[in-house]
Amino acid sequence: MSSRFPVASAAVAEPALQARRRRPIVTRLGNVAAPYLLILPALVVIGAVLGYPLYFMGHLSLEHYGLFQLLKHKGEWIGTKNYSQIFHDGFFWHVVARTLAFTAAAVSLTMVLGTLMALLLRELGSKMRVLLTAGLIFVWAMPVVVAVAVWSWMVDYEFGVANWLLTYLHVGNFNHHEWFATTWTGWLIITALVVWGAIPFVALMVFAGLTQVPQELVDAASTDGASSWRVFRDVTVPLLKPIFVILISLSIIWDFQVFNQIWILLSGQPPPEYFTMSIYAFTTSFQQSQYGLGSAIALVMVAILLVVSFVYIREMVKIGEAE
Amino acid sequence: MRTRRARRVVFNGVALFVFAAMVFPVYWMVSTAFKPGSDIFANTPVWFPWHPTLSNFDNAIHRPHFWADVKNSLIIVSVVVALSLLLAFLAALALAKFRFYGRRAFIVLIIGVQMIPLNALIIPIYLVLSKAHQVDKLSGVIVTYLTFVLPFTIWTLRGFMLGVPRDLEEASQVDGTTRFGAFVRILLPLIGPGLVATSIFAFIQAWNEYIMAYVLLHDPSKQTLTVWLASFTGDRGTAWGPLMAGATLTALPVVIFFVAVQRKIAFGLTAGAVRG
Repeated sequence: MSSRFPVASAAVAEPALQARRRRPIVTRLGNVAAPYLLILPALVVIGAVLGYPLYFMGHLSLEHYGLFQLLKHKGEWIGTKNYSQIFHDGFFWHVVARTLAFTAAAVSLTMVLGTLMALLLRELGSKMRVLLTAGLIFVWAMPVVVAVAVWSWMVDYEFGVANWLLTYLHVGNFNHHEWFATTWTGWLIITALVVWGAIPFVALMVFAGLTQVPQELVDAASTDGASSWRVFRDVTVPLLKPIFVILISLSIIWDFQVFNQIWILLSGQPPPEYFTMSIYAFTTSFQQSQYGLGSAIALVMVAILLVVSFVYIREMVKIGEAE
Repeated sequence: MRTRRARRVVFNGVALFVFAAMVFPVYWMVSTAFKPGSDIFANTPVWFPWHPTLSNFDNAIHRPHFWADVKNSLIIVSVVVALSLLLAFLAALALAKFRFYGRRAFIVLIIGVQMIPLNALIIPIYLVLSKAHQVDKLSGVIVTYLTFVLPFTIWTLRGFMLGVPRDLEEASQVDGTTRFGAFVRILLPLIGPGLVATSIFAFIQAWNEYIMAYVLLHDPSKQTLTVWLASFTGDRGTAWGPLMAGATLTALPVVIFFVAVQRKIAFGLTAGAVRG
């Protein structure tokens, strides 16, 4: 492992030593400084474009920052008032609960369907597998904005193919059905759209993991009389745990901050029943011009995400170290 | 024998159904884009563009601001990719080839900042840029896009550099080349494909971005293609044919690039995740 790093390994020790003796001290100092000089430009840019805005957002959340302050480019310090306002607001907690519920539903659907598709891929012959993989990659490649445009056409109340199909299948009379008029059917469409877009990544990742599960282990378990469900639960899942941890935490992080799909489907004017935390923070800031309050909401969202991110980052660093 | 064949038939049937269900939206977009209006606004859906026409595409590209927005997207994306690649190359080199104090903290930083939602970050960024008179300017968006493209690029490039066997470099150093010489002659050609793949992925990320551009660019002639498409989608009672043509055109470069590099990147990201 350590041989990847510029620590002289045995094979080259001698010539390296000779070279070192001849090198002036400046070069050696240069070698120590080199990595820092290399990351410096990136670090400066990240500090400027990410670090400063983050600091500024923390500052903003403690300020009253409305239209008047926007003109002056200077907020008015109010301490923790923004936070006490949102924490005492029933609507805020409602939005938090709705965001959590959506995340739970979307992530579980994505993981279950994605894993099922990965298992299906494993069972297929090579031709069918290529076909299904290609299909999944096409869906994965769709930009979100494009996907939203297509879905809004499919659920169009007048000529949308969804209404026609459901009527045709006798699910009910969906003629001129407006999906977003009822909150829960609207959320059904949003969830379907998000899950549809997220499945390919999960399916292909889990499938990639499945191909690395040693066949001997599976065979050994089945000769011992384990059912395929037991093999999956007690052999495959434990082996794939790192992948599942990463995929689940990533999915939570992505679905919790869902914005574009809802925003564009509802033409940039989502009614309050469609607010998630990110939409709430956004409309508070940019439509009501309450930038301080909006920052406070956004920071609560970031704090919640931080907990999930911790799990993800820990797993990624583990992998990074293993390399 | 018989049950095995039956199993296969069932699985193939399920696979075909899943394929159809997943791909249908993509198919519906492309086929609608090629249909004449009478087929689009039909009470019973027309499943195939039997009378293909290019009039929807013609309509889409002649809509106001289409070409201006294509140009803006291309400018923003190419500058962002060039800048990130340059900065990320140096940082990734440090991460992959040196062991230094603070390396782990830097890795955590690189992964961690990618978790911060852009729709939260846009609030302070908008205020900072409006103070600096960078709203409605492409330069403001370019700087903003570095927030998510740069960390991603560093991480991905690092993975590609790790793939280069250390012995190769060491061998050349023994032959008397300097570290820099070894780097140019050995490392650069080897990570060439990785550089291409990473820049393509950076391209896709920047091309697809919506919310930052939506907030920062107000003048319709200064927007990006995703903002153009989203505002087109928002018009209720939409001209679905031209919208689907526009959506197809927006997706086209992404799909081509994505299909070309997805194996390289995606599996690189979790390749180390399975430990048997």
